[in-house]
Amino acid sequence: MATLTVNGVTHDVDVDSDTPLLWVLRDTLGLMGTKYGCGIARCGACTVHLDGNPIRSCALPVSAIAGRAITTIEGLEPNGALSAVQRAWLDLDVPQCGYCQSGMIMAVTALLEDKPKPSDAEIDAAITNICRCGTYQRIRAAIHAVAARRVSEVR
Amino acid sequence: MSRGPQLDRRSFLASVAAVGGALTLGFDIPFGPPAVRASARASEITAWIVVAPDDSVVIRVAKSEMGQGASTALPMLVAEELECDWSKVKAEFVAPEENRKRDRIWGNMSTGASRSISASQNELRRAGATAREMLLAAAAARWNVPAGECAAARSVITHRPSGRTVTFGEVAAAAAKVAPPGPVKLKDPKDWTLIGTPQRRFDVADKITGKPIYAIDVRLPDMLYAAIVQCPVFKGTLKAVDETKLAGMKGIRRVIAHADAVAVVADSWWRAKKAAEALRITWDPGAGADVSSAAIRDLLHAALSADDARVGRRDGDVDRALAGAATRIEADYEVPFLGHATMEPQNCTARVTADLVEVWAPTQDGETALAVAADAAGVAPDKVVVHKMSLGCGFGRRGMFQDFVRQAVLIAKEVGQPVKLVWTREEDIRHDFYRPVAAVRMTAGFDAGGAPIAWKIRTAGQSIIAAISPRVMQFGVDRNFLQGLLEDMPYDVPNYLVDFAMRNTHVPVGVWRSVNHSQNAFFKESFIDEMAHAAGADPYRFRRNLLRKSPKDLAVLDAAAGKAGWDAPAPPGVFRGIAHHRSQSSICTQVVEASVASDGKLHVHRVVSAIDPGHVVNPLTVELQTEGAIVYGLSAALYGEISIKDGRVEQSNFNDYPVLQMAETPQVETVIAASGGFWGGVGETPVPPLAPALCNAIFAATGKRIRSLPLKNHDLRNA
Repeated sequence: MATLTVNGVTHDVDVDSDTPLLWVLRDTLGLMGTKYGCGIARCGACTVHLDGNPIRSCALPVSAIAGRAITTIEGLEPNGALSAVQRAWLDLDVPQCGYCQSGMIMAVTALLEDKPKPSDAEIDAAITNICRCGTYQRIRAAIHAVAARRVSEVR
Repeated sequence: MSRGPQLDRRSFLASVAAVGGALTLGFDIPFGPPAVRASARASEITAWIVVAPDDSVVIRVAKSEMGQGASTALPMLVAEELECDWSKVKAEFVAPEENRKRDRIWGNMSTGASRSISASQNELRRAGATAREMLLAAAAARWNVPAGECAAARSVITHRPSGRTVTFGEVAAAAAKVAPPGPVKLKDPKDWTLIGTPQRRFDVADKITGKPIYAIDVRLPDMLYAAIVQCPVFKGTLKAVDETKLAGMKGIRRVIAHADAVAVVADSWWRAKKAAEALRITWDPGAGADVSSAAIRDLLHAALSADDARVGRRDGDVDRALAGAATRIEADYEVPFLGHATMEPQNCTARVTADLVEVWAPTQDGETALAVAADAAGVAPDKVVVHKMSLGCGFGRRGMFQDFVRQAVLIAKEVGQPVKLVWTREEDIRHDFYRPVAAVRMTAGFDAGGAPIAWKIRTAGQSIIAAISPRVMQFGVDRNFLQGLLEDMPYDVPNYLVDFAMRNTHVPVGVWRSVNHSQNAFFKESFIDEMAHAAGADPYRFRRNLLRKSPKDLAVLDAAAGKAGWDAPAPPGVFRGIAHHRSQSSICTQVVEASVASDGKLHVHRVVSAIDPGHVVNPLTVELQTEGAIVYGLSAALYGEISIKDGRVEQSNFNDYPVLQMAETPQVETVIAASGGFWGGVGETPVPPLAPALCNAIFAATGKRIRSLPLKNHDLRNA
């Protein structure tokens, strides 16, 4: 049994203590936006925020994070609104297959909270998520658009 | 850029609720028979189009969506002729079982070879025009005027003499009862108003909010989870399973032995995976047990001088021309197996009851999924329903072979409950249908003036066609293996010969984004660079000279060179390479700018990619696909290598099968040099030129000629 706070809601979950957070989110809580890509914290499709910091949930046992605050793509904005990062993703037509994009958006959101105007080198260092469709160029442009506040307001 | 239509979340959610909350997809009316979807309120006007009284239009899409934008571009073809208001259009996937019931009225659902538009455009435009004529006829009947006096625009029909108007929605029910007209006239391309304009894709909103649109996201009542371990040696079989170590593990429901795999079913996927790893499995590895990459390489090298090759194309007399040539050059090239590594690992959810087999699958061909599911379950095809989900990448992995569908159905049938099978990434990397290995020996001869007079290409490697469809072999030649080297080889060299010595291994092969073009473009475009240097010519002008009789090729070559500034100096330390290749009925030239540091570190700065796909439907898609194809091609060129040891794949995950990341991604500039007059593909065409253009830039930078991939195996430091 573990206690988790996900998107502001506290849950008691009955799972094995070595279960990675990813599978608790997906299979126990039904939050399917966070994706499985590699299981070895390499691809970043499973990125969520732990106390505001980006972490890869596929290799993090749920026992290691009891009581800490987790935010997933579903909890990024309340009431179905879109964040500035998500609006930039729309403006610049970033996704292709889309599978990695939840993790990308969570990683970028954390980067921009840490560094509101990141340089290209800072983007390269922080965003190491894998996208097999190759949307990196548009992700970079979208990050710069958010930094420059050049993002559509209404959707 | 114009705004595309938005998904209607409310009706989407309502439709999900109506079917029990389990089904999810980013389109308005996801599943279910058209009779239900096109309810009393909405009317089907041709099989492709449903118009509701509120003027909303549902356009059906038979192809799969894997990020390539087909679910937006295909409706654009319909809407262009229909004359509907694009902002009121929604897309809906055709259900494979409905296609079967209605005698394949929606055609072939297989999604690949960059053919979604070229293979569908005629029928889709005709459907749009037919429905428009039916709507006009209904309006004319309502007004009791000749249909010829009526015209449609933006979902409104106007009776020109009187100025009366009626919307599509108001006459849809009547139009559905109108007999379809005979042959309809399609618009002249110069009159298109939607085709050729950049349109936002329908599927983006769901993909930035984490909506459960993929097969791996499916949740069903009473669903169990399965993990699978497959025989690590291809074509090996299962001998014995020892479950001793599963004692005491919680939540384990079943261990299921297949001929070449063992599945564990549990109440969570994590428990199933842990248990699968704890099994002691004894395999019979079979005949492939001692095969290695070195042995495969030896096999291919020997084939380069073997006498069992079949000719694919022969112009003139290449041997005589080579014998009489003033100078000759020769070089061997080779490339390894490659995996697809789709971001969404292989998975499938299945529910097998006495009456029905249902699968939720990431499939590039819903009809094949249906056939595989029926076969696996041992039921007639009319007992199968396939829920086509959005794919987390396709790249050719999920069309012909739907091993994951077969496995999921077998497991769910055995268990008697719904089961979601998810492969680990390790299983995914080690049990792919790989891009075939290939090797070539290139020989060219020049006359005393330095003009190329002969080009001989011996290819060797593994045939996809021999494995999947031997009857397609033409006189023993797998023409697919020679893609880009047959009639589609555009360079004008008077004496030309390409032949193929087929050498098949126990490693399963399949189609990989651009199929055999990526190997053959690397060989052809690297060697023609060698020919240019042997002739003392500029690589761009050398190609230009050999393309002088092919104006469309020449235009694309010039467009890329012009945009790249080929004749202007590159930035200090930066060098350019060029490559040109036709594939998927389109033409593409790329110029790569790269630098090599003194420590051998390669930096790819910029790629200019020009493409002529004939007609362009959605130019935004062309840009997206070009950017993505270059990342895909660059991943393969830099790192892509599946190697074999003891009959099994050595790689396992993204740590040892790395792919490109943000920091390594060059600036991509897409030049759409569309000449019209034909319908070519886009999704694959920018892959093949990337590796040779890069390697040609490396040659310009270092003088090192790269004749095998990937580049990670080469030391680029100055010798």
